[in-house]
Amino acid sequence: MSRKILMCGNEACGEGAILAGCKFYAGYPITPQNELIAYMGKRMSEINGVFIQAESELAAINMVFGAAAAGERAMTSSSSPGVSLKQEGISYIAGAELPCVIVNMQRGGPGLGNIAPAQSDYFQSVKGGGHGDYKVIVFAPSSAQELLDYTFMAFDIADKYRNPVLILGDGLLGQMMEPVTIIKENYKPEIIEKPWALTGCKGRKPNIVRSFFLGEGALEEHNKRLQEKYKTIASSEVRAQTFNLKDSEIIVVAYGSVARTAKAAMEQARAKGIKAGLIRPISLWPFPSKIIKDASAKAKKFLVIEMSSGQMVEDVMLAVNGKSEVDFYGRMGGGIPTEEEVLARIEALA
Amino acid sequence: MKKKNITKKAEVKAEEKLVLSRPASLRDVEMHYCAGCGHSIVHRLVCEVIDEFKIRERVIGIAPVGCAVIAYEYWDFDVSEAAHGRTPAVATAIKRVRPDNIVFTYQGDGDLAAIGTAEIIHAANRGENITVIFVNNGVYGMTGGQMAPTTLAGQKTSTSLAGRSLRNDGYPLKILEMLAVLPGTRYLERVSVHSAQEIFRAKRAISKAFKTQIENKGFSMVEVLAMCPTYWGMAPVQAADRIKNDVSLFYPIGVVKAY
Repeated sequence: MSRKILMCGNEACGEGAILAGCKFYAGYPITPQNELIAYMGKRMSEINGVFIQAESELAAINMVFGAAAAGERAMTSSSSPGVSLKQEGISYIAGAELPCVIVNMQRGGPGLGNIAPAQSDYFQSVKGGGHGDYKVIVFAPSSAQELLDYTFMAFDIADKYRNPVLILGDGLLGQMMEPVTIIKENYKPEIIEKPWALTGCKGRKPNIVRSFFLGEGALEEHNKRLQEKYKTIASSEVRAQTFNLKDSEIIVVAYGSVARTAKAAMEQARAKGIKAGLIRPISLWPFPSKIIKDASAKAKKFLVIEMSSGQMVEDVMLAVNGKSEVDFYGRMGGGIPTEEEVLARIEALA
Repeated sequence: MKKKNITKKAEVKAEEKLVLSRPASLRDVEMHYCAGCGHSIVHRLVCEVIDEFKIRERVIGIAPVGCAVIAYEYWDFDVSEAAHGRTPAVATAIKRVRPDNIVFTYQGDGDLAAIGTAEIIHAANRGENITVIFVNNGVYGMTGGQMAPTTLAGQKTSTSLAGRSLRNDGYPLKILEMLAVLPGTRYLERVSVHSAQEIFRAKRAISKAFKTQIENKGFSMVEVLAMCPTYWGMAPVQAADRIKNDVSLFYPIGVVKAY
C-alpha cells in the first residue's frame, strides 16, 4: 500500500521515526524544528507512545537516555543552540552505549545566531561535540523523502551498534514541503533484542547502565572496545551518492540541502562542456573518505560547497591528502549558495 | 528442670529468633563510604523497604553523581547512572516507558538542589509517579567538601572558608518546602539518620514513599538529613549531634506534605 503525501521535512522526519517503532519522544521548542515536536506530540498520542515536552534540552536528552536505557526506541530533536545543550547527554549516551536518534535541523550561529538554514554544526556533529573519545553516526538527508527514510533507518542502525545516530538537516530541509511516498511494506523495522536493558531483574542478574569506570585500567578497556565498535561502523556504514565520477576533472563535494544546488550547478557545467562530477556524502561519520581518495587519483580539482565557513572541507582535504587541489565556497549565517554562484566557481576552476 | 541436656536442634531453633539480616537487595560487599557517613544507612533502609514490598525484581534505581555514584555496586537490582542532576529526567522516562516497574532516584544535595534544580522541580510538578530519596548532608562530599546549596549559614567548607555568607552565597535551600506548593507532589517527608530512633522513622518514611508509587498516587520524596563527619571536620558522634542540635533546627524533621 503506497501513500503520497505533501509534508514538510520536519514532519517527514517524525513519520520516519513513527514507522521505525519509536515510542518515546522528548523535546523542547526551537525554530526551525518546531513542526517536528508538534508532529511527534500528535502522532505519539495516536500510537499510545510517550511524548514529553521537557523543561529544557538537557532534560530532553536525558529523558532519551532513560527511555533508551529502559529498552525503548527513543528520539529527541532540536536546532543548533539546543543541540549544543544536548552534548553532555549525547556523550553519556555514547559512553553508556545506548541506542537513540537525535535530530538537528541546523540554523545559523554562533550563539543565538538566527533561524535561517546553515551547516555550521558539522564539526560538532562528526568530531564529538561533547567530552571524551566517542563517535555519533551522522546521516545528512537532502529531501523530505530522505528525512523520512534515513530517520527510519537510523533506529535500526542505532540498535544494531548500541550507539546514538544523528540526523543532520537544516532549517531549509525541515521547513520545505515536498511530496513524500510511503510504501508501507518498505518500512519494516528490525526487532533487535536488548538483554542489557533495564526492565527489572526478574529471572536474571541485575543490569547496570553506566559510562563510569573507576577501576584500574577499566575505562581504557571500555574505550578500546568503543573504538573497535567504531572501526566496524566505519567499515560498514559509509553512504554516499556519486555522479559522473568516471571522467570528471572537477569534483564538487556537498551534503544535505546544498548538495541539490551543487548537483544542479554540476549538471549546468556539464552542459557547458566542463567535465564536472559530484560526490554527496550521506554519512558524515563515517565519512566517505575512500570514495573521495579514489576519485582524487583521477580528478584534478575538488570544490567543496557548504553553508559554513568551511568545515567538511577539512575532511575532504584529509581524504585527498594533497593529491589534488581542494577549493572551497561557502556562505555563512543563513546565506545559501545559489546555483549561479556554484557554477561560477566551477567555471573559474575549469 | 529434669532435662539438663537441651542440645536438641529443634529446641534450639525454637529459641532462636532472627531479628536482623542483610537485605537481599543489598550486596554483601564492603562499601567505600567514610566512617560515620549517612549513605550506608540510607542504602540499607532503601533495600530493606524494597525487600519488604517484594519489589526487588521490579525496581529500577537511578544513581546520582556524588558520593553515591557507585550505588549500583551495592544494590542488587537494575540501576542506571545519570548525568549530574539529570537523575529525575532519566527516572521520568524510565517510569513512562515502564509504568509497571518501581522507579526511584537516589540523589545528594549537589545533584538535586544545585545542578539538578530544574529537573527535580519539573519532575515533581508533572506529578511523575516516581520516588526520590534525597540525601542532604550539606556539602559536596565526593569532590572534597565544597559548599552546597543546603550548607547552613556560617558553615565552613572548602569553598566557604570563613563560613557560608548569606550576602555572598545566598540562603540554604529548602527544597521540600518548595516542592510542597506544587499540586503534582503527593508525599514529602524530611527525616534523619542521626540516631536509632530517627533511623526507624526514616525507614517508615521511605516505606511510605515507595507505597505512594506502588499505589500509583504520584510523586513522593524523602529528604534524609545525613552526617558527613569527614567534611564537617567532626567525629561521627559529634556529627550525629550536629544534626540533632543544629541542622534539624533549620531543616525541621517531619512530614511536609501527605495525602
